[in-house]
Amino acid sequence: MTTKMTRMLIGLMLLTLLALCGCSTAPKTGPDTQPPLRTLENTVGPNMKPAATISDPFEGFNRGAYRFNYYFDKYLFLPVISGYQFIMPDYAEDRVSNFFDNIYELDNFTNSVLQLKFKKAAITTERFFINTVFGIGGLWDVATHLGVHRQNEDFGQTMGHYGVGHGPYLVLPVFGPSNLRDATGIAVDGLVFDAIDPLNFENNDLDVPFYLLYAIDTRKRVDFRYYGSGNPFEYELIRFLYTKKRELEIAD
Amino acid sequence: MNVLHLKFAAALIALCLWETPVFAVETTPYFFPYVSPYEATVMETPPAYQYQAPKDVPTSVFKVYPFPDRKIPDVFWYQDGLTCSLVYQKEEAPLIFIIAGTGARYNSPKMVALQRAFYQAGFHVLSITSPTYSEFVITASSNMMPGYLPADAKDLYRVMQLAWKKAQKKIRVSSFNLTGYSLGGIQSAFVSKLDEEQKVFNFKKVLLINPPLNLYSSVSRLDKMLLANVPGGIEHFGDFIDDALAKFSEASRAEGFVDLSGEYIYRIYRRYPPRQDFLASLIGFAFRVDSSSMIFAADVMNGGGYVVPKGVRLNSSTSLTPYSQVLFRTGFTDYFHEYFFPYWQKRHPELSEQQLIDKLSLTAIAPYLRSARKIGLLGNEDDIILAPGEIEKMVDIFGNRAQIYPTGGHCGNMNHPDVVRYMIDFFRKEG
Repeated sequence: MTTKMTRMLIGLMLLTLLALCGCSTAPKTGPDTQPPLRTLENTVGPNMKPAATISDPFEGFNRGAYRFNYYFDKYLFLPVISGYQFIMPDYAEDRVSNFFDNIYELDNFTNSVLQLKFKKAAITTERFFINTVFGIGGLWDVATHLGVHRQNEDFGQTMGHYGVGHGPYLVLPVFGPSNLRDATGIAVDGLVFDAIDPLNFENNDLDVPFYLLYAIDTRKRVDFRYYGSGNPFEYELIRFLYTKKRELEIAD
Repeated sequence: MNVLHLKFAAALIALCLWETPVFAVETTPYFFPYVSPYEATVMETPPAYQYQAPKDVPTSVFKVYPFPDRKIPDVFWYQDGLTCSLVYQKEEAPLIFIIAGTGARYNSPKMVALQRAFYQAGFHVLSITSPTYSEFVITASSNMMPGYLPADAKDLYRVMQLAWKKAQKKIRVSSFNLTGYSLGGIQSAFVSKLDEEQKVFNFKKVLLINPPLNLYSSVSRLDKMLLANVPGGIEHFGDFIDDALAKFSEASRAEGFVDLSGEYIYRIYRRYPPRQDFLASLIGFAFRVDSSSMIFAADVMNGGGYVVPKGVRLNSSTSLTPYSQVLFRTGFTDYFHEYFFPYWQKRHPELSEQQLIDKLSLTAIAPYLRSARKIGLLGNEDDIILAPGEIEKMVDIFGNRAQIYPTGGHCGNMNHPDVVRYMIDFFRKEG
């Protein structure tokens, strides 16, 4: 049984995959178009490895999604988050963040086990019990204060660990920068979370408020703003940086 | 040049990582913890040495439209006007305009640090984005070909007047003052000279913070920091970053966990002290990221011909990756010789390249700077954007109005208490 939120999420991803066809990324040329002084051919050269290139066959769609996210942030997501931050005292916001961190130790645990990283699984278990018991349901992160550090693992990392490449780069609507492997990972982690159903959503109606608050808390903790750098090549830089960051997380 | 404001540079540094070791605070004569100017430039003043100013200051952010009729190309669909910020006092107070460094905005970390310090000292602060920042090129530059200091000064002066027009509804001002760091420093000198003729603000005091003596000389040095320090040349920069990331990953495996807190980063820093050539290449790379976006904006706004084909239509879904690849291989000096100089030569056929280079310097307006008692200079002896002998030439121009610190790199000590106090005193003192 899947929750409404997961079904929505999977629907969104299917929609994404459908939309991946189309959208030309080639510049429009006319009869008066002339080649520039510096071109890829005369500047980069045929046998040089171009810097910072990541496979991006769905670039047209991705740029559209990037633009969609800019507007989604501007007119919906960020105003909601400002409202949330206005209503909630900072202290309460931190408790919410800790609560989600604690409940999602589940992902860290399952994926550590899947990667046969039993030490990480043990640390995660220890953290979960310390924070659930002494941190009162995970509202306080006592474990980190005791030097038991969080071990972030997700299904995208698990696949990466077993040699699955990152695949085409994807910008997911709402979720942001990703790639085929990591987007699949998000969906699988969501399914696993639903299957285990730690908060018993099957028998209550708390799933929608849970996921909405989770979305708000997650976005709140990310400083990134679409086109916040004003750099015309922000899309390229983020694509490179996201991919490198994931490589680093998988290597750990 | 301000090379560290960009998210990417910050993120790269955050990924590759060092942060500031914590030192005991003491108030002895000027002491700066980083001996290496590259470390000073990248790491900036460690927290324990920073000037303490309030974090929350009353700020109003607004936009000005110097060219309201200009059609913004589709590829820059997210651009709308030039954003400025005003930090304001309730009472009447003197106002300081600040001009950001190369590629930096009104709200870059260095700008914010200055805003807080000047606010605490009782000034209003109006922050102006650098003419080299793409938003400025697109919305506020008259020729959209940044780098020609007299023209940039006119653009800045126009923006400052529009910003002041909006700000004056909110504040009462007793005097106008001007400062800027890095490229914004040398621009302040040219704006001040323009103000002597147009007399809109009649600046009372003007402070140049870590300016280049000669624009071309400094950008050549920054270009070389990237080219000379990546093993195997710029085309191996990707491998170079991969290597740095692998080291970070190795270090974090040894630590047993990953997080990006200052304390954690310091542990990594002690395990792998940063190499000077790596720091230099990072500075050079951050500068390259800045200059590439500036050149792209200039080229598109002027109808193409340099990296963008002439007559081509770019929109929000056009891939810009090929242009970014070309521009990551294009230095500021390449832009200068291949695009910038021909542009100005067309308008001034008698102008030689060397004459243009000479024009874009403090030396070119030295007689004015020698006589203008209201202008001061703040510099560092080990500033990495200055060639040997250039700091002496500046001291020769400014005489006892030059305050030179022995260390601090390029803008690395701007948040040092002694330096901040010097700036505040400079603007407070009469004459």
